[in-house]
Amino acid sequence: MALEGKVWRYGDNIDTDVIIPARYLNSFDPKELASHCMVDIDTTFAEKVQEGDIMVGGKNFGCGSSREHAPIAIKASGVPVIIAASFARIFYRNGINIGLPLLEIGDDVEKIHADDRLRVDPEKGTIENLTTGDTFKAHPLPGFVQDIANAGGLINYIKSKK
Amino acid sequence: MGMNMTEKILAKHAGLASVEPGQLITCKLDMVLANDITAPPAIKEFEKIGRPVFDNTKIALVPDHFTPNKDMKTAGLTKAVRDFANANNIVNYFEVGHDAGIEHVILPEKGLVGPGKLTIGADSHTCTYGAVNGFATGVGTTDLAVALATGEAWFKVPQSIKVNLTGKKPKNINGKDVILTLIGMIGVDGALYQSLEFAGPGVAELSMTDRFTIANMAIEAGGKNGIFPFDEKTKEYVEGRVKDYEPVAPDADAKYVRTVEINLSELKPVVAFPHLPGNTKRVEDIGEIKIHQVVIGSCTNGRLEDLAIAAEIMKGHKVHKDVRCIVIPGSQQVYMEALEAGYLKTFIESGAAVSTPTCGPCMGGHMGIMTAGERCVSTTNRNFRGRMGHVDSEVYLAGPHVAAASAILGRIATPEEVE
Ligand code: SF4
Repeated sequence: MALEGKVWRYGDNIDTDVIIPARYLNSFDPKELASHCMVDIDTTFAEKVQEGDIMVGGKNFGCGSSREHAPIAIKASGVPVIIAASFARIFYRNGINIGLPLLEIGDDVEKIHADDRLRVDPEKGTIENLTTGDTFKAHPLPGFVQDIANAGGLINYIKSKK
Repeated sequence: MGMNMTEKILAKHAGLASVEPGQLITCKLDMVLANDITAPPAIKEFEKIGRPVFDNTKIALVPDHFTPNKDMKTAGLTKAVRDFANANNIVNYFEVGHDAGIEHVILPEKGLVGPGKLTIGADSHTCTYGAVNGFATGVGTTDLAVALATGEAWFKVPQSIKVNLTGKKPKNINGKDVILTLIGMIGVDGALYQSLEFAGPGVAELSMTDRFTIANMAIEAGGKNGIFPFDEKTKEYVEGRVKDYEPVAPDADAKYVRTVEINLSELKPVVAFPHLPGNTKRVEDIGEIKIHQVVIGSCTNGRLEDLAIAAEIMKGHKVHKDVRCIVIPGSQQVYMEALEAGYLKTFIESGAAVSTPTCGPCMGGHMGIMTAGERCVSTTNRNFRGRMGHVDSEVYLAGPHVAAASAILGRIATPEEVE
């Protein structure tokens, strides 16, 4: 299913402490986490993000702690997919496990800018920059990891295998 | 084809004769860990699966981040962990006080992790246990929830980087200088999705404390895990603590994607500048940087040897009048041993505040949060923006030697500068 949305563009090494600072980890309610998402580097995000907007980062997106609160905060902000040059590995697992597609596209990410409009098909891994006309292809998910993503996350996947 | 240490542990736990990088496998787990931040959401997910816990002896629950609880909300989080532990007869639940402390200090201390064992933890610094020749890596709460129910987790076998250590460790150099130097060399994503395997004659130079500090920060280079070979020092540490362990050694023809060389003899005390652990600089090159706070503790440097190093430098000196120095032993056992060795007396006499074991300020929880414009030299492992409080505060990462010297001089300093 193709998604279409406006880009929130961030740089390299976006860490989990800026995605959701530790001072807000006294809750794991997705809506509450979303209300503080990215505040330490972008006070406008939580306020202005629209359902369907797409987050785009540089290298090593999501580095730092294992807090699943981070991808949950982004997902609960209404963002249906994250695109980056590369993802930190725990964040990557967490995204797949909670059913938030993460697309890795390497240096092509330089061709996506703030406020561009993208059309993204997470299952096919295709990205179209409607603003510039560029198209990109993400690295496919390997083996049963694709099955986990298709099931909508790890809990559904495990339950379906019971 | 030969296997390295990480591949051997993963293959064995997957029930396979061999594995290779890139392969997707499902492994049986020897220990599953969570803390007061990550356990509550994991418990909620676990309940959706609708199965009992896989083994009540192979789960460790450690409320250490916001404890002793700093407010009502965090008291609620800890209560959820405690109630779950009671309801499921979790043997390794570590209540504040008692024989508890910071998760990555106490799990090795109690022998719950060891050579050849496979551990996952819903905490990124779970990689600490590579110091005792185990495979250990951090995961999120959903992986943890599934592990609680099934005792299994999926992995992609990582490629491995060999870190070849040579030379002699000079005086006033410790594990923190080694790992900050390494991250400075390869970058904060230098080992992304990869394993760091330590090797070479320099390994024998490193104490177990050095190895815990180094393995702890493998994640700061993006690594999936960091692992040390098993030697006499490992044996001495795990004997009597760990049951049924099976050390692993790399085959002579084990494969590595690359080798990074570090000559210990050439190391100097270093500090990582804000806001990345890879912004490593030699302390002798940085000029005068005034500080307001020093934190000595955490799962990186909160062990007895770390406190011994700091106490030796601080003995007979006073903490600089413009500095708050906060010392946090990593566990009750460390606390008691530091008390008996006289280190705590040294700290208190010098004007430091000594806290009960907790993560505390390390991740901006409590016990030393900074306001705008403040600078801290900290023996912790992350200096991300806002990590210890205000977004306009700064954390400089260093070992206990640099932290202690800086506390006395009121600026970032080497131990040699303390008369
Ligand atoms: S001491 Fe710091 S890094 Fe270690 S577990 Fe606690 S919060 Fe995490």
